[in-house]
Formats: sequence, C-alpha cells, structure tokens
Amino acid sequence: MSTTPTGTETGTSRRNFLKAAGLSGAAFALGFSSVDSFASPVLNLSGQPGMALPESVELNPYILIEKSGRIVLMNPRPEIGQGTYQSIPALIAEELEVSLDNVTIRQTGGETKYGGMWSQAVGGSGSVRGGYMQMRKVGASAREMLRQAASQQWAVPIGECIAENATIVHKPSGKKLTYGQLAEVAAKLPVPKEPALKDPKQFSMLGKPMPRPDVPLKVAGQATFGIDAKVPGMVYASIERCPVLGSKLVSFDASKSLKVKGVQKAVKVERVVGKNRYEGVAIIADNYWAALQGRKALSVTWDHNNFDTFNSADFENKLRDLAKTDGVQGHNTGDFDKSFADAPNKVEALYETPMVSHSTMEPMNALAHYKPDGKVELWVSSQGGDLVRGDVAKVLNVKPDDITVHILFNGGGFGRRITQDFATEAATLSKTIGKPVKVVWTREDDTQLGPFRPMTFSAMRGALSADGKAIALQHKVISPSIDATMNEKYDKTKADDTMLEGTGDQKYEIPNLNTRYVHADMHVPLTYWRSVTSSTLAFSHECFIDEMAHKAGQDPLAFRMSMLTKDSDAKRVLTKLKEVSGWDNPLPEGKGRGIAQWEFFAGLAGQVVEVSKNKTGGIKVDKVYCVIDLGTVVNPDNVKAQMEGSIAMALTAATKDAITFEKGQAVQKNFDANRMLRINEMPTVEVHILAEGGPTIKGVGEPGLPPLAPALANAIFAATGKRIRRMPFDLEKV
Amino acid sequence: MALVKLTINNQPHTIDVDPEMPLLWAIRDVVGLTGTKFGCGVAQCGACTVHLDGAPIRSCSYPASAAAGHKITTIEGLSKNADHPVQKAWIEHQVPQCGYCQSGQIMSAVALLKQNPKPSDEDIDTAMQGNICRCGTYERIRKAIHSASTEMASAPKMPKSTPKIGKL
Repeated sequence: MSTTPTGTETGTSRRNFLKAAGLSGAAFALGFSSVDSFASPVLNLSGQPGMALPESVELNPYILIEKSGRIVLMNPRPEIGQGTYQSIPALIAEELEVSLDNVTIRQTGGETKYGGMWSQAVGGSGSVRGGYMQMRKVGASAREMLRQAASQQWAVPIGECIAENATIVHKPSGKKLTYGQLAEVAAKLPVPKEPALKDPKQFSMLGKPMPRPDVPLKVAGQATFGIDAKVPGMVYASIERCPVLGSKLVSFDASKSLKVKGVQKAVKVERVVGKNRYEGVAIIADNYWAALQGRKALSVTWDHNNFDTFNSADFENKLRDLAKTDGVQGHNTGDFDKSFADAPNKVEALYETPMVSHSTMEPMNALAHYKPDGKVELWVSSQGGDLVRGDVAKVLNVKPDDITVHILFNGGGFGRRITQDFATEAATLSKTIGKPVKVVWTREDDTQLGPFRPMTFSAMRGALSADGKAIALQHKVISPSIDATMNEKYDKTKADDTMLEGTGDQKYEIPNLNTRYVHADMHVPLTYWRSVTSSTLAFSHECFIDEMAHKAGQDPLAFRMSMLTKDSDAKRVLTKLKEVSGWDNPLPEGKGRGIAQWEFFAGLAGQVVEVSKNKTGGIKVDKVYCVIDLGTVVNPDNVKAQMEGSIAMALTAATKDAITFEKGQAVQKNFDANRMLRINEMPTVEVHILAEGGPTIKGVGEPGLPPLAPALANAIFAATGKRIRRMPFDLEKV
Repeated sequence: MALVKLTINNQPHTIDVDPEMPLLWAIRDVVGLTGTKFGCGVAQCGACTVHLDGAPIRSCSYPASAAAGHKITTIEGLSKNADHPVQKAWIEHQVPQCGYCQSGQIMSAVALLKQNPKPSDEDIDTAMQGNICRCGTYERIRKAIHSASTEMASAPKMPKSTPKIGKL
C-alpha cells in the first residue's frame, strides 16, 4: 500500500498541479468536463442558507495515473476520524477497478476546480451520501475511457475489453494493457457523461467491511496531523486572548516575555469567528514551550465592556422567562391550541440543555506562510480546504487562487473545524512578522473560547385523548442561535430552522403538531457540534414522548408504534430495535431500559439503553442497542465504529460537564473540570445496520448521537421512577 | 538553557533547552519526533504518553532534564515496522478513528501488558483510564488488548526486565 500522510498537493493550473504533486510528464490526468448530474444534492449543513449547495461540481482530476501504473486518487473530503480517507477513494476505486492497496490517496486543498464552497468540506454527515453517485461516476468515466483506449489500440470491439485490477484485458486473446500504458491515450478521449455504473451485486469493496488505509499510519505514529506540520524557518506562537469574550485590548506589556529565552516578539493579532472579532497578543518564539512561557510572563489590560457580568445562571433564568412567550411558528399541522384546550389529558414540561465544547483531542492549530509575493500557504487540520481558502482570502484580502492549503489528518473535528479562526490567526501573524508561523492553542484556549454547541430549552406541551392516543404536541425551543452569533444579517422575526432541527420531522402521526422558536440574544459564539441541534432537541422531544406514554399508561415502545401506523423508516427502526433488544423480556428489579429514535437532516437511528442501579447509589449504563437506517452501506465496520463513537460522545454530553459562564468567562478550562468519558465508563454497544440497498443512502457520522441521551434518561425513569429534564445529569447522583 | 542528554528510541540526543521544558516539547519540537501528541498539557488525557525505562509517563508534565540518563521510548521506537503485537492488534480491530490519541493509548497498553500479560476487562479499564479517546474507540481498545495479550502469550518469550513504576 502506498499512502501519503502529508497528503495535499495543490496548484493553480493543471501543469502546476502535476508539478506540485511531484509527478513527471509521465503522469496524465483524466479530466472531466462539468457534468451537472454529478452535483451533490445534500451538502448543505442543516439547511442553512449560508451553507448552500455547491454552485457546481467541476470535475477536474480526481484520478491521476502515472506511466508506472501508480494511481493517485484525490480525496476532496478531509479525514476527521469519520473514515472519508477511505470511503471516498473506495467509491472511485470500485468503479475504476483498482484496489485501494495500490493507490496513493491525496487530499484536495480547496481548489476551485473541484467545485464551489463546501465541495471539499466535511459536515452534515454528507460526504458519502453526497458523493455516492458522484464519485462512482468519476471512477466509471475513467474506466470507460481506459476501455475505449484499449479497444482502439487493439482494434477490437469495446465489449471485449474488460477492466480488472488496474488493467484492461482483451478476453478473447488474453492481451493486457495496464492503466499506466493506456493513460496517455485515454486522457484525450471524450469524457462519457453517463458512464455505466456497476451493479451493486458486483461490488468487490463497497458494502463489505474494509480495513482503513489510515489505520497503519496512525498506529505507527506516522500519520501527519496539522499540529505535526513543519517547514523551514518556522516559528511558534501562543496567543493570549481574553477569556471574557467580547473584551477589548487596551494595552500590553511584553517586556518580561521578551526576556524568556527563545521568545522573539509579541504582536497583536485578531481572531475572526463569523461576525465576531477578538483581539489577542501573540508571543512568537523558537519553540512552543518558550512561546507558552513568554505568554505567562505577559501583562495585558483588557476593557471588559460589561461582558464580565455575563453568567449562565442569569442567562438560564432569562430563557425560563422567555419560555412563557409565544415566539414564532416553525412547523404546523392541524390546530394545536384548540386540540390542547379541549383535551382530557395533558402533559407539560420544560427541558433544559447546556452549551458544550467540541474538545477535539488535537487542539486547534495552524501553520501558515504569507510569502513576499503575497501568496499564502497553509498546513492545517480543518474540515474544509475550501473553507480555509475562503476565510483566509476574506480576512487577509488575498485572492483565493493565491492560497494553497494542505489538509492534514484532523485529530477530531465534530464541527469545531468548520470555523477557521485558527487558520486566519496563523496567516495574519505570518503576514505581520514575515515568517512561517505555527499557532497552537492550549487546551485551556480550546475549552474556554468557543465557539460552543448552543444550549436549548424546550417548552413541551402534549395532549392525549381519553383512550390514550397522542392528539397534540407542541415543541417550543427557546435558545440563542448559531446563525445569530455568526452572521450580522440574522433575521430575528423568523423561525430559526437550525434551532428547530428535526422537531417537525418525526414520523409520529400526531394530528396537531406545532413547533415554535423563541430567540434569546447571546454574545458567546456558537457553532455546529456533531448532530447540531438534534443533539439537544432529541433529548427533550423523545423524553417528552416517553412522558406522554406514561401518562397514557402505555409501554413507551408500544406508544410510539401506535403513532406509526403507516410504513416508514422510523417504524422499521423501532421494529428492529424491539427485536434485537428483547424489549418484551422483563428485566430484573433495579434495571431499566429506555428507547428513543431521531430522524433529521443527517439520517435516522434509534437506540435502546439498558441501565442498572448501583448498590452504592447511582446508575450504570450496561448496554446500548443501536439501529441505524442507511438504505445503502459503504463500509459496515466503519458505520459500527461511528455508532460507537457517537454513543461515547453523546454519553459525555449527557452525563459529564457543561460549559458554564461566570463573570463573563467559561468556568471549565481543561479535562479536569470539562470531563470526557473514559474507558471504564464505556458501555457495550451492539449495532444493527438497516441497509437493503437501493437508491437511498443516509448519513453515518451524526445519526448515532441524538437518540442516546433520551434513551438513557428514559431508561433511568424505567429503573428509578425519576424523570430527568435537564442535561447534563450526573450518573453517580441520579 | 542547559545541555540535556536524552536517549530516545536508543538514539542519543544532546539538546540545548530550558531544563524545565517538558519532555513532550523536547521530543516534538527539538528532536522532531511528532508521533507523541499534545492533548492537555496537564497530564489529564494521556495523548503524550511515552515510556521511561519501560514505564508509562505523561511527557507533557515531565521535565526533559529529569529524563536524562533514562531510556525513553516513543511510538516511533516501539517496533521497527509498526509490528509490535499491540500495534498489530490495533490494526486487526481497526481501533483508530481520528487516531490522535492512539500513540498514547498504544504506549499505555504496551506498558500494561508488560506488567500484566493477561489483563481482565477490569484491569484494562484501570490501566487505560488515563487515556481519553474523544472518538470513543474504547470497546475496540479493550478487544485489541485482549488480542495482543493472546498473541504475546503464544510468541517466544522475550528476556524479562523489571520496569520501574513511573509517575503518571
């Protein structure tokens, strides 16, 4: 196997591209003209207008073939742990008839030839479901051109030329030509717009568990992450930014910092997060440790401008007050007000969820070199080379084509690396001091400065008929907004779709369904966090459905099934969960099980959680059954891994630490106070994938997350009779 | 600044650093081995785990000068071809997702198996609690440690050395 951990090769023209890729004239790109049908339908994150579909997908070289036969596949989707370093090249390789063992995988760096904004970003569980047909067509087109080239060379019918294992074989004569031998001729042929795709029954890779090519690098310590990048002459920076978000820099005194051996300079630098600008002071040094020591010796005067009065307790009270207001309408079916007023049985509850951090294991960092000719080169762990280019271009007023981005392995993303503040900091500093600069955030920076997942409060109201049927449900979300903290032009008069995510989309047949949004202004920057607002709204929604079931005197699963009379994916998921979890088998005293499902933009999954009461008090999570509905699956073992990971992350968010503010700053600074799930707390996870094949393909990276917290809280209710309506909850103290 | 003599993966290095510089930054920034990772800086996450005379330490909180005269092993020095039984088990079970914490996880697992060649799930949980994996690969880590344990039990015995217990 041949892989390039440092991955990215870029350039502004194909010629430069090939040169930069270290390929000689013996390499030929199989180019593709723009084909609209290749465009991805699903790459908008959570339906945000600012994150629209790629304008176009210009298919330029995803496939490079050298005469030696070496095949280079360009992967447009950064690897953040979710497996795109394999899954995307596998889609191409399957149709191209090459083994991933014999290809080199490189990351694209945001070049416009690969498409518009978001064409090279990861988010919304969209890489595979968006690229499933597109990337297969990329591979199939090249395969057809290679078959055509062989057929011409041998003067035989193309039907007799079979592609297998990077070779075209003439079946009647047994003659063979390698892709390397055919590439030059093939590259000159017209690109088939609708190449024949393989019958999924013929797949050699897709749909089967595939080992990931990045795994051997990662167990050898050889995978290059952003933080590992090095270039000659580079210096290190650590930046002091005010933890009281919103403060202005009045003055600083770096005289003591400059006495630290290895410290070179102290300079002002701005951090840009959406519409927000934060000032900071960077200590530039020979090594990172010296930069940190210099930063400790720094004296800074900040003007907090009253932001130091902000605290979570007051803000939560404000949300509780706002919960009494009507807000604006999101989804509406039937007449909630009337049916609720007339109903014989009613349930009402307020659910509360907190801000949390992303806490990728690799802290934010970037290496940037602003060169004398005004061109910029960056080496970075980021969720999008195109996003890096876009933001660096804007902040430094540089043409995007003058920016070269090397996307390296990301030590976690979870949505945090959609924001490129670390990259623009490094590029700005490099411009200021005229050297390549590597900015590395401390864990404290990473934990305290956001952007965070937003908190949401949910005012729930439900009504039941006399015979226990759900007849009305209202889900009112009270929250600050991701979009409002990022964009100047936020419209407060409209229902915020992202903050209402999924609340109107569940398949339950409730005749009167109303969702509402109440906006709460907050200055703390917020962003997408794995499964976005579904990570909190599924908790309130699916716990409340449980409350309604109990009010109706029904089994929570039976109650849900009674609202799913028509065939639906959700019904199939719950049916499967019932079977695999042994839902109807009674549990011993002191144990309980809970269920939840959630359908949203990324996909659909359901979970049953089993818990037991500890003899010494508290709750232990014994087992999680997870059913994910996909339609089509690419790498089942990776899907399983993503479910395990989503469950661990959801369990952390549900039962560990929130980000809370006092005196204007986040109280939690490092993993001692912002605790993460550890190995002794990991439950057994059993994953079942619903994938019958066919045209449907749903997301994998996020859907495993939303059902966990409600299924767990529902299980705790079943075991203890205690209803949890606020996250996080401490399992030791339940 | 002071000259510090370090032996890393059997290679001698003499580096001129602040004696208080944590071993992590000496390894990464000065010696240039980047397989060992920075996660928290306060010995809370285990991403920086290396071996000092065979025992695991958190290199982010261990002064480089204190490591002088000891044998330091990083992920790069664990095996010649990334074929230590623990590394092989990590591949067999497809443990890593993002992979950032895995150097530290592997170094902790190797140290565990040295002290306890047949660990139970409980032993694994106790020994590996100091290593955070944000991607949630914990179940696979457990399985991989059991696989490596089996593999090492069937392999020819290596000369036995008694590792000192290092400060975590």
